[in-house]
Amino acid sequence: MSILDYLTGRRRKNSAQQAKERLQMVLVHEGARRRGPDFLPQMREEILQVISKYVEIDQEQLQIHLDRSDGYEVLELNVVIPEKRD
Amino acid sequence: MTKVVTVTSGKGGVGKTTTSASFSAGLAERGHKTVVIDFDVGLRNLDLIMGCERRVVYDFVNVVQGEASLKQALIRDKHDDNLYILAASQTRDKDALTKEGVGRVIDELKEMGFEYIVCDSPAGIEKGAQLALYYADEALVVTNPEVSSVRDSDRILGILQSKSKKAEEGGSVKEHLVLTRYNPERVEAGEMMAWNDIVELLGVELLGAVPESEDVLNASNAGMPVIREKGSDAAAAYEDIVARFLGEERPQRFLTVEKKGLLKKLFGK
Repeated sequence: MSILDYLTGRRRKNSAQQAKERLQMVLVHEGARRRGPDFLPQMREEILQVISKYVEIDQEQLQIHLDRSDGYEVLELNVVIPEKRD
Repeated sequence: MTKVVTVTSGKGGVGKTTTSASFSAGLAERGHKTVVIDFDVGLRNLDLIMGCERRVVYDFVNVVQGEASLKQALIRDKHDDNLYILAASQTRDKDALTKEGVGRVIDELKEMGFEYIVCDSPAGIEKGAQLALYYADEALVVTNPEVSSVRDSDRILGILQSKSKKAEEGGSVKEHLVLTRYNPERVEAGEMMAWNDIVELLGVELLGAVPESEDVLNASNAGMPVIREKGSDAAAAYEDIVARFLGEERPQRFLTVEKKGLLKKLFGK
C-alpha cells in the first residue's frame, strides 16, 4: 500500500478475511464436503462385531452412508445376511 | 506393504507435479523403493520435471493396453536407484485408461516390491482425476492459499470420500494438506489466507507448507525435483513433508515471517 493511499484514507480492507468469509459461505452451500463424522469407521467396526456375534457376514456385507439434507442427517445402514446353510 | 499415495488438487497449476516429483524423490532418498506415475494422459509433464523426457520409450497407456511390459516402461531415475518413473502417454486421450487396467498395473507394481506408488493426478474432477485417486490409500491435497484453489480442494476431498475404492468399501482415504506458494509476509499483511484458516475450511490436517520460492522454477528448468536443490527453503519444506508423512515428528516451518538480521536486511536473501 502506498503512502498516498494511506494518507487519503483509502486503506484496503483485510482481503484474507474476506476470502475466508466468502469461502465459508460457498463451502457450506455447495455441500461438497460429504465427509462423515470421525466416529463413522469405528462405529462400522463395532456394528460388524456385534452382527458377527450372531450371524456370519463378511466385511463387504455392511455399508454405512451418512447423508445430509436441509437440517437433518440420515444414517443409512445396509447389511446383507447370507442365507443359512443347514 | 505397498502404499498408494495420490497427489491431487482439482485445480490446475497449484503444484501437483512439483509435489509428486519431490515427494517421491524424498521417499526414495530415504531408502524406500518408490514409483511415481503420471496420470495426465495427453498432457504429460512429470517426465520433464523429473528430467527423463528423453528416455521415455513406452508409457503407462502402453502398459495398460498390453503393448509393453511394465519392466519396459519403467524408467529408473538417474540419481536414485530406488526411484522409478512411469510416464503418461502424450498422444492418447484419457479414455485409454480404465479402472481395471490401472488396477492391474498397480497390482503388478506391488508384486515387484514397490513400497510407495505415487500417483500424479491430472487437474479437474473428471475421469482422469478420478482414476488417479481410485486406488489411493492416502492422498496429498495440494492447495494454494487462494479462493479458487481452496474451493476445488474441497470438491476433490468430496470425491475422495465418495468415489475412491476405500470409500466404496466403507473405509476412507487418509488425507493430508500440502500448502504451496505460501507467503507468510502476505499472510501477516492480511493479503493471504493463513494456513490455519485453510485447515479449518477444509477440515484436513496440514502435512506441510512450501513457501513461494524461485528455486521451484529453477529446478523445473533443470529437470530436477526441487527437493534435491539442497539448501533451498523449498527442498527443506519437502524434506519435512516426507519425514512427517513417514511418521516423524517435525515442527512446522515456513509459516511465519522470518525475522531478518541487519546483515540480511542490507545484503538481501
